[in-house]
Amino acid sequence: MAIGFLDELINVPGEWLRAEGPESDIVISSRIRLARNFSGFFFSNILEGEARRQLIEMVREAIAKTSLLKESEFFYNDKLTAVDNEFLVERHLISREHAREKRERAVCLMKDEIISLMILEEDHMRIQMLQSGFKLKEVWGTMDTLDSQLEKSLPYAFHPEFGYLTACPTNVGTGIRISSMLHLPALVMIKQLSKVLQALQKMNLAARGMYGEGTQATGNFFQISNQITLGLDELDIVDSLEKVIRQIIGHEREARQALLKSRKFRLQDQIGRALGILKNSYIISSNETMTLLSMARLGLDLSLIGGMNTRMLNELFLLIQPSHLQRIAKRTLSAKERDIRRAELVRERLKSVELA
Amino acid sequence: MLCNLCGKNDASIHLTEIVNGKAIELHLCESCAQEKGAEFSHQFSFGDLLAGLADLAPITMSEAVRLEKCSTCGQSIAELSKSGRLGCPDCYKNLQRSLLPIIKRVQRSTQHVGKRPQKVSAKVKRQITVRELEEKLKKFIAQEDYEKAAEVRDEIRKLAAEKSRTSENSSKESGTKEKK
Repeated sequence: MAIGFLDELINVPGEWLRAEGPESDIVISSRIRLARNFSGFFFSNILEGEARRQLIEMVREAIAKTSLLKESEFFYNDKLTAVDNEFLVERHLISREHAREKRERAVCLMKDEIISLMILEEDHMRIQMLQSGFKLKEVWGTMDTLDSQLEKSLPYAFHPEFGYLTACPTNVGTGIRISSMLHLPALVMIKQLSKVLQALQKMNLAARGMYGEGTQATGNFFQISNQITLGLDELDIVDSLEKVIRQIIGHEREARQALLKSRKFRLQDQIGRALGILKNSYIISSNETMTLLSMARLGLDLSLIGGMNTRMLNELFLLIQPSHLQRIAKRTLSAKERDIRRAELVRERLKSVELA
Repeated sequence: MLCNLCGKNDASIHLTEIVNGKAIELHLCESCAQEKGAEFSHQFSFGDLLAGLADLAPITMSEAVRLEKCSTCGQSIAELSKSGRLGCPDCYKNLQRSLLPIIKRVQRSTQHVGKRPQKVSAKVKRQITVRELEEKLKKFIAQEDYEKAAEVRDEIRKLAAEKSRTSENSSKESGTKEKK
C-alpha cells in the first residue's frame, strides 16, 4: 500500500516545485509548520511503547474527523523502508529527524503533498503545509483552519503564559515555523549574499540550506525562516517575514539586471558551460548537478536559454536526489551507479535545451 | 584534497554550512560522508545550540535548581541542557522558575500572544482574561483615564474572588477524599 502510493508520487513534481504562484521565479515555495503536543503524555523523546501507540491512534481518529484531511493516506513507520523514508525527506514531506526515529511514529499525507503530518517527531504532532510560490498568508489561512479542526478532538497542551507547549523551548508559544525557499544565484554571484544573511540574523531570522537544519546551501537555494515563536502572533510573524522576503526578492532582481548589464558575456559563458556539462556528462554527483542546474535555472529565468519550462527544470532538482533515482530504478543503487544514472537522466531531460 | 575525517581517501563531497552568517567548509570522502551523514545534521542542530544556551544559565542558577526534577516526568533542566528537550508539558509549570531565564534567552518575550485553543479549561481562560485586563489597566493608567482603569480593576477583583472560591471548593473536595 505504502509503496504504491509513493510510486505514484514519483510521476508528479510535488506541489512545491510546480513553479506556480506569485514570484515563483525566485520564491520556490512557502511553508508553514505548527508544533502541537498533547497533555497527559510525556514528550516524544521519553515517551515509550504503548503510550506511543495510543497517541498515534488518537491522532489518527482526530484526522478522520477533519474535512481537510479526509482524502489523506496514513503510514506507520514499520511499513516504510529506508528508501521510502529518504524519498519523503527529499520531497520535504518529513524531516530527517523523523526519518531516523526507530520507535513507533506515523506520517499522514495528502496526495497533492500540500499537507503532511508527522506524528511523534520531536513534538507529538507537526503539521506542515507546503505550497509553490510566495503565498505565506494564504498558507497560514488554511493551516489555521486545519489546526482548529484537529483541536476539536485532541487535548492540546496549552499554558496561559507560554502558549502551545513544545518539547524544545525554541518553539514554544505559537509553535509556528514559517519559511520560504528562495533561489538566489545572482546575489551569490555578486557576493552580496553574506550581507543578506547578516541582516537576517539581526532580525532574528534564520537562513538554511535546501533540506533545512544542518544542510548546506547547495544550488543557491536558501530557506529563510522565523526563529522567535513566543510574544508575536502568527499573522505578525507571517507579515514581518513577507516584508523581509519581498526585499530580498527585490535585491535578487536588481542583481540579475546588474549582471545582464555589466557582465552579460560572462553570465552567458557560465550558463553555457553549465549546460555543456549537464548535457554531456556520463558521471555526475548530486552536488555538482544542483550547482549547474541552478545556473540553468537562472538562464531560463533570464531567457538566456530555451527549450524547457521552469517546472520541468524544477522537477529535475528533485529527481536527481539519491532515493528518487532509486525509486525510478526500482532497486537500490550504489553511489557510483547513482552518479551514472543521474548523468543519464539529466542528459535525457535536457536534450531539447539550447542557448537562446 | 584529502577527506577531513579519515585523511585517507580523496574528498569528493564538499559541504558549506552557514553558521551565524559565516560559511564553514567541510571536505569529505563518499564513505565518511555517508557514515557521518547523521551526525552532521546533528552537529548544528537547534537543540545543540539551545543546549549551549542552557549551559550559560548556571551562572545565575544554583546546582539544586538545575537538578530539580519535574514531579510529572522526573526530567530536570540538566537534561534539557544535554538533549535540548523537556520531558513533558508539565515541565513548563513544575520547572517554571528555572525555565524562565532560558525562555527569555531564546525568545524575545515570555508572554504568548496569538492563537489559543477554543476549548481551554476555565482556569486557563480566567488566567488569560486576568492578564489581558492587567494589560488594559496599565494602558488606562498610562493614559490617565482613571474612570476606565477603575472599571477594569473591579473586573480583575471579581475574577480573583471567583478563583479563590473555586480553589476553596477543590481543597475541600481533596480533603474529604483523604479522610475516606
